[in-house]
Amino acid sequence: MSLFAKFDGIRAGVEALLGSVRNPFDVRFDRVLSPTEALLEGRPVLLLGTNNYLGLTFDPACVEASMRALEETGTGTTGSRIANGTYSSHALLEQRIAEFYGKRSAIIFSTGYQANLGLISTLAGRDDHLLIDADSHASIYDASKLSTAEVIRFRHNDPEDLAHRLRRLKGRPGNRIIVTEGIYSMLGDTAPLREIAAVKREMGACLIVDEAHSLGILGANGRGLAEAAGVEGDVDFVVGTFSKSLGAVGGFAASDLPDFDLLRIVCRPYMFTASLPPAVIGSVIAALQRLSTDKSLGARALSNSRRLYGGLEQSGFKLGPEPNPIVAIKMPDPARAALFWNRLIDEGIYVNLALPPATPGSLSLIRSSVSSAHSDVQIDRAISIMTAVGRELGVIAAR
Amino acid sequence: MLSGRVPQGVQVSSETQILRGLGLDSVAILDFIMDLEDRFDISIPLDRVAEVETIADLSGAIETLMRAAR
Repeated sequence: MSLFAKFDGIRAGVEALLGSVRNPFDVRFDRVLSPTEALLEGRPVLLLGTNNYLGLTFDPACVEASMRALEETGTGTTGSRIANGTYSSHALLEQRIAEFYGKRSAIIFSTGYQANLGLISTLAGRDDHLLIDADSHASIYDASKLSTAEVIRFRHNDPEDLAHRLRRLKGRPGNRIIVTEGIYSMLGDTAPLREIAAVKREMGACLIVDEAHSLGILGANGRGLAEAAGVEGDVDFVVGTFSKSLGAVGGFAASDLPDFDLLRIVCRPYMFTASLPPAVIGSVIAALQRLSTDKSLGARALSNSRRLYGGLEQSGFKLGPEPNPIVAIKMPDPARAALFWNRLIDEGIYVNLALPPATPGSLSLIRSSVSSAHSDVQIDRAISIMTAVGRELGVIAAR
Repeated sequence: MLSGRVPQGVQVSSETQILRGLGLDSVAILDFIMDLEDRFDISIPLDRVAEVETIADLSGAIETLMRAAR
């Protein structure tokens, strides 16, 4: 039996679904021109599915900082920090992240995925209890698998259910660790963080909040949902990524706990992987500075999100519950979702096709991510094309 | 509890393989298990779910967890 035979079902499912549409796992841009435009199959396409929330990937200050770091410090670190040492820029970025969040310390990881994988799997040890939201990102599920703790899912965004599950643990030894996200990546909904923080306090648990999609978007200073909800003091660990609002790659965790830096000698996804290259660190430091000094970036991303959400809602689409930079259209079935996604590319719009089991509630979604760099004209064009395609495919009623 | 979830025509017995025999994706299976948790007022940790192959295994795991919770 082939080593890959176990994936026959998945392969058959993908082949049956795709038929004559493009393969969403193999979209190859000829060239990316700006935060909102690329060339695909020789034609211009509007980028509306790349999580480039603040549009900083081509920001002159970020590009210049990256190039300067590249010239001064070389192309890569060629290994891990425990073997090859910490560059001064790694330490500077960690200091800047800690300052940004007002936390005692921050640790950077090579990706956001690894930040969750490392932090959660290391903190949640044998006899501990890890309570994760049912709609958690794959990195949180994978961290749960790597952890030796008991892992319990609670109903999505349901503090009552979380409290109930914590009460069931009464009398059992071990730490209780709750994991939630600021903005959820598929439907763009936010967590009821004030209520979750109250449960955390009442039950004596520890709280990890992944602000991957809310950094730069929510809160007066762009620190995310915890800032917006006024519960930063209840969050024991903030996790985030450099690959969305900050326009590069990498992840981080920040905390006030005095022993936090012990992770540097016990957290394997931090220790045994290559550290971020100087050019990435350079642009992230510059992007964090841009985010901190230009509050209009996050505000513009949110107003653009409301424009897209409002327009699609008016056209009759069923959407996720909140107008955040992730705007998800609920499709009637996977086949229609694939056709819709494919037709949008024909019409020059790139979004994400999100299908079960990668989605909550087995939903088939067309997922857009809105940027502060999108113009009103671009968003209105996207609404107009999505509406026309929606009518053509019977997703919404004809005019 | 499974009747409203599995696709039409799927026959379920105690020997049915949960991952391959129910016609449900992995998230739908976890959501079904969450309903079972509510019904029996227990939490079934994900590492226990990973050990379960058949409906009979799942039933056995629930009985064990209910006894432990008493």
